[in-house]
Amino acid sequence: MAASKTMEKQLSTKALQPKVFKMSLWRKLMTVFASVAVFASFAFLAIMFLSIIGDVLIHAWPALNIKLLTEITNGIGGGLKNAIEGSIVISVGSILLAAPIGISAGIYLSEHGHGMAGQALRFLSDVLVGVPSIVLGYVGYITMVIYLGWQFSVAAGIITLTIMLLPYIARSTELAISNIPLAVREAGYGLGAGEGRIVFKILLPGAAPAIMTGLFYSVALSMGETAPLLYTAGWSNYMWSGNLTKEPIGYLTYVIWTFINEPFAESHMLAFAAAFLITAGVLALILLGRWYMVRAQKRMGAYR
Amino acid sequence: MMPGTPGIMIPLPNNLIIFFFEYIRHFGKTVMKIPVFRISLIATASFLPISLILLVVFLVIYSWPAIEYNQFHFLWTNDWNLGNLYGNPVEVDGHQIMPGAKYGVWFLVVGTIVSSVLAMLMAMPVAVGAAYFLSEGIRKSWSGPLSLFVDLLAAIPSVVYGLWGYALLVPLFGNTIFPFLTDIFSFIPFLNGSPGSGYGLLTSAFVLAVMIIPLISATLRESIQMIEPALKEAGLSLGLTRPEVFWHIILPKLKKVLIGVGILALGRALGETMAVLMVSGNALNYLPGNIYAPISTMAAFIASQLDSALQDPTNMAVEALSEIALVLLLITILVNISARLILWMEKVR
Repeated sequence: MAASKTMEKQLSTKALQPKVFKMSLWRKLMTVFASVAVFASFAFLAIMFLSIIGDVLIHAWPALNIKLLTEITNGIGGGLKNAIEGSIVISVGSILLAAPIGISAGIYLSEHGHGMAGQALRFLSDVLVGVPSIVLGYVGYITMVIYLGWQFSVAAGIITLTIMLLPYIARSTELAISNIPLAVREAGYGLGAGEGRIVFKILLPGAAPAIMTGLFYSVALSMGETAPLLYTAGWSNYMWSGNLTKEPIGYLTYVIWTFINEPFAESHMLAFAAAFLITAGVLALILLGRWYMVRAQKRMGAYR
Repeated sequence: MMPGTPGIMIPLPNNLIIFFFEYIRHFGKTVMKIPVFRISLIATASFLPISLILLVVFLVIYSWPAIEYNQFHFLWTNDWNLGNLYGNPVEVDGHQIMPGAKYGVWFLVVGTIVSSVLAMLMAMPVAVGAAYFLSEGIRKSWSGPLSLFVDLLAAIPSVVYGLWGYALLVPLFGNTIFPFLTDIFSFIPFLNGSPGSGYGLLTSAFVLAVMIIPLISATLRESIQMIEPALKEAGLSLGLTRPEVFWHIILPKLKKVLIGVGILALGRALGETMAVLMVSGNALNYLPGNIYAPISTMAAFIASQLDSALQDPTNMAVEALSEIALVLLLITILVNISARLILWMEKVR
């Protein structure tokens, strides 16, 4: 009885005076330090982004006039009409070639990609993402430009870029289609639809916003590439006359890296103007893709 | 039966061909059970693996004379020299080359690996910090737009990074920061010595780091969000602060993801061409003595040297460049395969 009473007393005193939980100074310091470091690393990224955009914009500002769109380049200056046309031709051409193949590969990966063949395809497409773009350009050079005798040409540039874009399109399509629930497919099969009808009438329309976002990203990627085009598309100071082979074509990214090496202020301004156009184009395409995706989801509840 | 269905279609001469094809299609679909759609899907999709295999095959075939002539010890000799391009070709080991031509590229191997590793060391802490900040450090409604902003950084073309490095970083580093660094670190090897002109190893590594941070950070952010909230709550209920939960609970769980993503980013840095080409100083046959010295990388070298290699009438210089491309391709494939295996084990896409 007495023992229990003392215990009760002990308990009650403990309950009355709870031990205050105290963090050690070291832990407090480390927590503060970590918070600061984490914020600083994000701030670093933000500063880098703003400095890239700012640097390009400030240098490009004096050169942004209507002359860029109406004149072709000459050795040291002029406009960018031919380069803008070339960039658009190459990107559009490569996306037209890459989209059917990439989307087919994506459909195959998501619908039949669980066996060995699918795993192998997925693995190879991951490896293809990692192939350096200059190596792609070099292979394009030795195969198409030299061996097939196409010389520096639109076709060589487009095919090289196509190979680069394939894995991106395939993976984004796979992700988009595999997010559609199985029940939707089963409903289609239950109504007697064949495999082709399921893909074209159910899966592709349902995944369209996500696939489109992937395509937008791919176009942005192809617009910004230089290394695969250096030795496949070549460079031309003139407008493209429509030949797929044996005629080089100009493109904006080439202007950036050659004209900045010229000793003239006019060339530098042109290089920055080209950088501004290409950066604005790439970022606009990506934002457009995101916006399209968000809008489609809000409007009709598309699959993510 | 409706007229026009294949069953009762009358084979008149004018629609005999249509009937024939319709019949074949019908026969193939029902009797022989050929999945037409599946086959055309596979045929189209197989362009992707075929293109990768052809890439390697063409590169090996084209660079075969150079592989025979150089074997692979050209990787650790240090004397790239196209020889006397105005002389008459001489025959060495059964191959026509220009007199005095040598194709050693040790300086490229060193430049490529050191700049990429340095870039990864610089990128890793910042990427982890940014990923934590975006996934845990701020409220959910802000993390979407701010993440988009990091993704946009990843989308800026590499030649624009190069332009930025050339126009802003090189003068800034060469005039201010490198002399300052050599002053305060004058007792540490590789950090002291001549501050150089701004073109060089550290500038390249810095630009590469800024390019790969968004890549690492994006994947890491998704992995952090995939971790079960129960783990974080358990940590918080033990009295850990949020950064401590991240450091002691989340990060150890993501160790393998971190390694995999790091290797993936390393592969990207190894193959980067334009940005490095514009800020590296394009050293030739020169090994960097400190981190400010000019370098060159394999990818940048291929891009910058093809024009002069084309002057070689024996074509051996172009083939040697293609051998460099082959080595670079094999290195990046190896790096990518190891990274993907690690990430696959962790079920990260």
